[in-house]
Parts: sequence; structure tokens; C-alpha cells
Amino acid sequence: MATVEPGRVRSGRASELGLLVLALTLGVGAYALVGLGMEGSLPGNFYVLTFGMAALGFGLHFVVRWRAPYADPVLVPIAVGLNGLGLAMIYRLDLASQQLKGDDPGLATRQLGWTALGIIAAGIVVWVLRDHRTLRRYTYTAMIVGLVLVLLPLVPGLGKQINGARIWVGLGPFSLQPAEFAKIAFAVFFAGYLVTNRDTLTLAGRKVLGLQLPRVRDLGPIIVVWIASIAVLVLERDLGTSLLFFGLFVAMLYIATERISWVVIGLTLFAAGAVAAATSFAHVQGRFNAWLNAFDPEVFNARFGGSGQLVRGMFGMANGGLMGTGWGEGRPDLVPYAFSDFIFASLGEELGLTGIIALLVMYLVLVERGMRIAIGTRDGFGKLLAGGLAFVVAWQCFVVVGGVTRVIPLTGLTLPFLAYGGSSLLANWIIVALLLRISDNARRPTPLPLRGAPAQSPPASSADAVMPDDADSLPEEHLTPGVSPGVSPGDATEIIRAVDQ
Amino acid sequence: MVMLAMFLVLMVSSTWIQFVTAPQLNADPRNVRTLYREFGTNRGPILVAGEPVAESVPVEDAYGYQRVYPQGELYAAVTGYYSVIYGRTGIERYANEYLNGSSNSLWWNRLQNLISGVDPQGSAVELTIDPAAQQAAWDALGDQRGAVVALNPKTGEILAMVSKPSFDPNTLASHAISEVKATYQALNAAEGAPLINKTIAGNLYPPGSTFKLVTAATALEAGTVTPETEIPAPDQLQLPLSSSTLNNFGGASCSPTQAMTLADALRISCNTAFAQLGIDVGAPALGAQADAFGFGEKLSIPMPVTPSSFPIEIDGKPLDGAQTALSAIGQLDVRVTPLQVALVSAAIANDGKLMTPYLIKQVRTPDLSVAFSADPSVLSTPIDTQTAHDLRDMMIGVVQSGTGTSAQISGVQVAGKSGTAETVKGAAPHAWFTAFAPANDPQVVVAVILENGGDAGSEATGGRVAAPIARAVMEAVINK
Repeated sequence: MATVEPGRVRSGRASELGLLVLALTLGVGAYALVGLGMEGSLPGNFYVLTFGMAALGFGLHFVVRWRAPYADPVLVPIAVGLNGLGLAMIYRLDLASQQLKGDDPGLATRQLGWTALGIIAAGIVVWVLRDHRTLRRYTYTAMIVGLVLVLLPLVPGLGKQINGARIWVGLGPFSLQPAEFAKIAFAVFFAGYLVTNRDTLTLAGRKVLGLQLPRVRDLGPIIVVWIASIAVLVLERDLGTSLLFFGLFVAMLYIATERISWVVIGLTLFAAGAVAAATSFAHVQGRFNAWLNAFDPEVFNARFGGSGQLVRGMFGMANGGLMGTGWGEGRPDLVPYAFSDFIFASLGEELGLTGIIALLVMYLVLVERGMRIAIGTRDGFGKLLAGGLAFVVAWQCFVVVGGVTRVIPLTGLTLPFLAYGGSSLLANWIIVALLLRISDNARRPTPLPLRGAPAQSPPASSADAVMPDDADSLPEEHLTPGVSPGVSPGDATEIIRAVDQ
Repeated sequence: MVMLAMFLVLMVSSTWIQFVTAPQLNADPRNVRTLYREFGTNRGPILVAGEPVAESVPVEDAYGYQRVYPQGELYAAVTGYYSVIYGRTGIERYANEYLNGSSNSLWWNRLQNLISGVDPQGSAVELTIDPAAQQAAWDALGDQRGAVVALNPKTGEILAMVSKPSFDPNTLASHAISEVKATYQALNAAEGAPLINKTIAGNLYPPGSTFKLVTAATALEAGTVTPETEIPAPDQLQLPLSSSTLNNFGGASCSPTQAMTLADALRISCNTAFAQLGIDVGAPALGAQADAFGFGEKLSIPMPVTPSSFPIEIDGKPLDGAQTALSAIGQLDVRVTPLQVALVSAAIANDGKLMTPYLIKQVRTPDLSVAFSADPSVLSTPIDTQTAHDLRDMMIGVVQSGTGTSAQISGVQVAGKSGTAETVKGAAPHAWFTAFAPANDPQVVVAVILENGGDAGSEATGGRVAAPIARAVMEAVINK
């Protein structure tokens, strides 16, 4: 299970290169099929895109090879693959719009630009951020940045309300969703905060119905975050963002403390808040109604806030069936926002159940890698950050795909890497970069690398170097008596590293 | 692990939508996608003698293909229409799986298309219709309300199928939704129900004297009479247990002797003779014989044919003598489709063997291999060969010197039977004629109905107005 076994360490860079070629082939192949399927010829900018994606992918690969040689080899290929498939679908929808309505929205070109920006940003993060623990110094800065980003759309003149949700910021010709970046800031903040305070939060309070509740006085932080997320729900009218932040916090709290009671408290609080919001706010109510009574003709035909989009998306997926219609052969353009909120339904239609199960498995592998990084990392902050980032990707997938497939009410979040949206793409590439950085640290063969010296097998006796052998050992490590709050085993490394620099 | 569970939930929900409930979702009337997909396929043509009467041509719109009917009105009863909003009728509906290529028998083609990446294309459906017969029937009917159906009695192939008034399926297959709506509503409300194929569906007709063939067949099969047997033919028949009497057509006398041979009774279509004959053989026997000719049978040609009926009970009670008498001459509650009338003649023409009627001769896949080929089959044997020959000879008499002389074709022996069916009081009777020719080697059977006598109105008799139409259709087939 452990990614690093003493005595046998592979950097994984060769695997990364191989997988990257595969991922590029997948994306570029899909792009070519779209052109062939819809116009009978390769897309006009096919070679530009192929070359561009390859250059970006290989560029990132070399940055990683140089700056984070022991980073996880699967992250970049998966992100490139998903990104490429998303581009192909967006291009396909552009073509549909061009053929049927006569105007080309040019979304694919913009998405390609954002992809370039995202991959370059990832490269810069890997390059500049030498050690993820640096981020811990900015715990409270991250909190402020996060809060500012979340509140930004509320600033008059700057914030924009699109489709009822006030989660956008207009910057010249671009619209940004600052919440996408806020989720990274919050992950950093929660990790920094929890690594310091987890021992307090772990302290047991009363036991009710077999559930070890925390002490009442320790409920402060979760209440604050709860109020903040409800505020997002009320002020920005966006269920998705609210759900995202609160879910992130509860998950990280759970990772830090291993106390199921926090999850129960969190879910209860959120359910209460959501029910209250659903009864008092029309737009939230509408979402719930559209979810529960999706097939009701009245709800289906409602001009605003009806279930038309949801049900049309389901029609699309049903049309795809097991094997899908094939690239360019379906009619995903019949669903509103098929390129962003409903890209999952679009892909479901054209790639079929087979295709989207494969996509979900790709996400699952990405998330599993993130969790593995969390387990393999030596420092508590890194563990929490990696775990939080991995969770936020998984959670976002769940909220989006769950919304599209009618598991939960529909929210306005975007599917990481696949959906159209610059902010989302940029933010998720930064998440990949952070995970790469943490994983490099986790997988390095020696806990105290000496620059210039060849990597050696770590001494088996070193307590710090012994990787937990499986996931279950994670909490034990956290709860080890004698380790004072705030000082995790990895901190020693940090000190030595600092000296080394 | 929580996250694994989350993804499992998503996989299950996707499977639920894309696999488990997909058929319902695809069938949801609000799902325009199914429509687009269907209208976006290169649907196969419907062919008559190699010429398309319905085909899909590529167009530059959201659908990609437009269904066109080169001779729309002429073949409307057969092809039906193919509308974006009103669905399909006729062959378009009942051969849909061949036309759109989704039939199970076409799986090999679909697999080939899947592998080779060729756009799926529907198969061509070749009909049994004889264009000359169809055109002759169309022309002969003119603007009169009515229907003509012609068959090959030896195979069951339907050679002509015309229902008037007709409509132009092009106007309903158009992609201009609002125009199609207006046209459809107008057609639906139009007098004469143009959207209904009167040969096989719609309000069934009383068969009138054409039913005397069934009554005669019942008696001949029972062995109680031969064509030469003298049967009573009074000027007026006192109906049993009733104060009313039954007259002959126009109050005429059938025979000065009040009796005549069965053959002569059929030749001049003597009502009192056949009413008495019906009473003698009894309603159950008449009903059984009618059923043997296909009454009550749910045929599909492949369009479903409304079953014709000879009720042997009315209000839960068996027919009394008076009711039997009226039923035996095709009145009261006896109801038939023109196709059924043709089937009675077809059985007589084919030595007593009734062939299953059908419209689809062959289905060819785009690569011209045959996916389906019609195999003529015997539906039933309602009468034996001797009865068939007796009836044939009697029907020859009808055309030679009876009520059906207008159906004579020079140089060809024609067998026929007229009918003039009373409808409601005050309305002109329906004019019927059914015939086959050449009598010794029948190539074509035809049944004609003119609703309310067509142009001739109350002056019409089947022999006068419907027989010339039957003749025209038979000539078209024979003189090919």
C-alpha cells in the first residue's frame, strides 16, 4: 500500500511520461474524432491544439522532473487527459452551435487559453514552491485571502450575478469565479489551523447514543464556518459553493481528529441550514422542487428554475445508453449549459455509460492518489492539505455529478478539468501542482536529503522515515501521546531543511 | 471509505439513468432527442415497382433529412405520413423498424455500420402495389368518397389501395411545425376523414348484397343446395315473429313463380331469396362461415386491419329470424372493411383457399441484400374447391347478365358481385362491387365502395357506379 518502500525507490518519471503520452492521445484523439464526426475532416486547428497540448504537457512533465522528481506520476496524466476530453467536448458543442445557429461561441479556443494558463500556473507553483510547509506560515493570511475571495462577488460594481447566483467577478472581458480559488486558500487555512488545534478538537466530551461528542466549548470553529457557508448560500444565492466549503471543512476536521461526531454535527448543521434556506428562499426552494419533482410537467416547463435542464440532461444520458452515440453523433447541445454545468451529461450521451464510468474512475484514481499522498507525507500539515485538496476534488465531482444525475439537488459548480470555465481550470491545476509538491516530499527516498549526495535507502530505525504501512495507521500517528500539539514529526525535517537552505 | 462510496453512488446513479431507466427516458414524449435522432437517420425509401413513393433527402436543418413523397396523394393510404409532431401512420409506422434500420433482423448491418463507421441507413421497403392498378383505381374513383382495394388472390399481395379523399403526406412531413399543425387540424376536421385509410380502418361499412356470397357459400357448404336448386323468392318476405316484411330492391319482383335457382337469385341479387336462405341455414352457420372468410380476424398487412364483424348475438340474445334474415343480406349489424369484401372474393377466386393479404414484398438493406422476403401463406380454407367453383360460375353470371354487367371486359371473363347497402334513413346507400378476373385464372381481385353512392347519390347501385371502377382496376392489371 505504501508508495515508498525502503530500499526500492523509483521516481516514477518514466511512468509519468508514458501515461502522459496516453493521456494526450486520448484528448487529441477525441478532438480529431469530433472533427471527423461532425465535419468529415480534422478540425482546422488540430495541429495547433495537438502541438500546444503536447508542449504544455511535456513542459509540465519536465518542470516536475526537474523540481519535484519524486512527485506522484499519475496526477499530471490524469489532469491532462480530463482536460483534453473536456476541450474536445467543448469544441464539439461549439461546432454544433456553429452548424445549427450559425454563430461560433469560440469557447474551445478560450478554454484552450485557460488550459495553457492553468498548466503554466501549475508549473510555476511546482517551480517556485520548494516546500509545501512554507504555506503553513500563511495559515491566517490564507484565511483572509479566502474570505476576501468569497466576499468579492458581493462588492458592488465588481460582482456579477449570472443565472441567479452572485458568485462571479467581472474583470474586463473575463468573468472569474473567485470561490474556485478560495477553496485552495481555505484548504491551506483549515490544514494550518487544524494541525495546530486538532488535539483540542479531539478531546472527548459527553457520549451520546454511543457517539463521542466533542466538548461544547470546542464547537466554536465549526459554528463559524457553518455561519460563513450559510452566509454564502443566502447572500450569493449559491448552494454549490456553500456546500463545497462546508464539506471541505467537515472532511478536514474528520481527517484531523478521526472523530465521526464532527461529521454528524456538520451534516446536522448543514441539513438544518439547508432546510431553513429551502423554506425561506425562493431560489433554493426552486432547486429542491426541481430535484424532487423533476418529471412533473409543471416543474419541467417552468420558465425559470424548473427541472427542464436536469431532465433534458437525463434524456441525453439515456440517449447515450451503454456505449454512447460517439463523438459528434449525439445531441448534447439540446441541454442548456451543456459545455459547463452539464458537461457530464454531454459526455454521458456521446461516450455512453462506459465512457463516464471511465471518467469517474479517472477522478477516483486522482483522488485516491491524493489520499495516498496524504498518507505518505511525513508532516501533519501536508497530510491535512493533501487530504483536503483530494477531498475537495472528490466532493466537487460528487456535488456536480450528483446534481446532474439527480442524486442531490442541482448546484452551479463545475466539474474539475472537464467543464468550461477558466477559474475552475486554473484552480484545479494549482491543486494538482500542490499535490505534486506534497507528493514529491512524501515519496523522496530519504527523509533528510542532502543536496548533492546520491539518494540513499533510509535507515529503517528512523521513526520519521518509516512510512505508515496502511491508511489505518494515520490516526494512530496523530493521536500518539507525547507529541505536543503543533509539532508533528515532519517539523524536524522542516528545521533541517531551513538550515540547509 | 467515504470518497469511494461517493463515487460508487455516482456510478450507480449514472447506470440508473443510462441503462436501467433509459428506455423510459427515451420514450418520454418531452424527449425531443429521440425525435431528432430518428429524423436524423437516413430513413430507407418505400418503393413501388422500384420507384420511391417515400424517400429521405438530405436537407440543411436541425434534422438533416426531409421525408418526401413524390406522388403524395396517390399513395397516401399506403405510405401514411411521417411527422415530427404527429408521429407516423401507414407503412411509415408499421414498417418503421425496417425503414429506420433498427429491426432485429438488421443487426448484422448495424454491426457492420458500427465497425466501418458508416452512418446508419434504413432499409428499403418494397411494396406489392402495382402502380398501374393504383393509378387506375385513383383515376376511376375521381373525386368521389370511397375506397378501392385490389389483391392477387393466388398470393395475397395487395395490388392497389386507394382511399378518398386523400391527403398529401408532404404537408405533414414538413419540418415547419406551425404549418404542419394547421394542416393536420384542417385534415382532421375535414369531411370524409382524409387521414383514415378506408380500405382497412375507419367506420366499417354494411356489406349489403356482397354478403350474399357468404350466405350462398354457407348454404353450398352445408350441402343443402346446389346452384341449380330452386329456392323460394317471394315478392315480399314476411319476417318471422315480426309484423314487418322485406322487399326486394326497388320493390321489384324476383320471379313470377316466386321461386328461382340459387344462381339466378345471386345473379339478380334477390333479397327475399337470400333472406330466406339465411333463415334456413341459421345465424350460427352464417357467423361461422363469415369467420372462415376472415371476419373477426386481426390481420396486419402490416398495418392493422379493423376486424369485420358478423354478430350472432344482439344485446346478448341470439339473432331471431328477422335479424338473421337482414344479416344474411348484409344489413343490420354486419360490418366489413373493403379489404374483407375483397378477401371473400379472393377465397372464391383461389379455389377456396384464402391467402393472407400483405403489402411488403421485400426489404432490402442499403447494400441490397434481402433482409425480409414475403412468403405467401394460406390464412384459411373457408370453402372447398367445388363450392368455390360453384360460386365463381354464379359470379360470372352476375357480370354476364346480372347486376354487374358494367364490369364486363371484352375478351376476359369476369366474375363479380354488386352490393347496395342501406345506411341510415335518408342517406343514399353505399355502392359496392367486388370482382375478379380472368375468372378461370384469376390475377386480380378487387373490392370497391363508393360512400353514399358517390356522385350518383341515391340513384346509385353498386352495379352501376362501383362496377366500372372495379373493371378499370382489373383491366390495368390484366392488360399489363
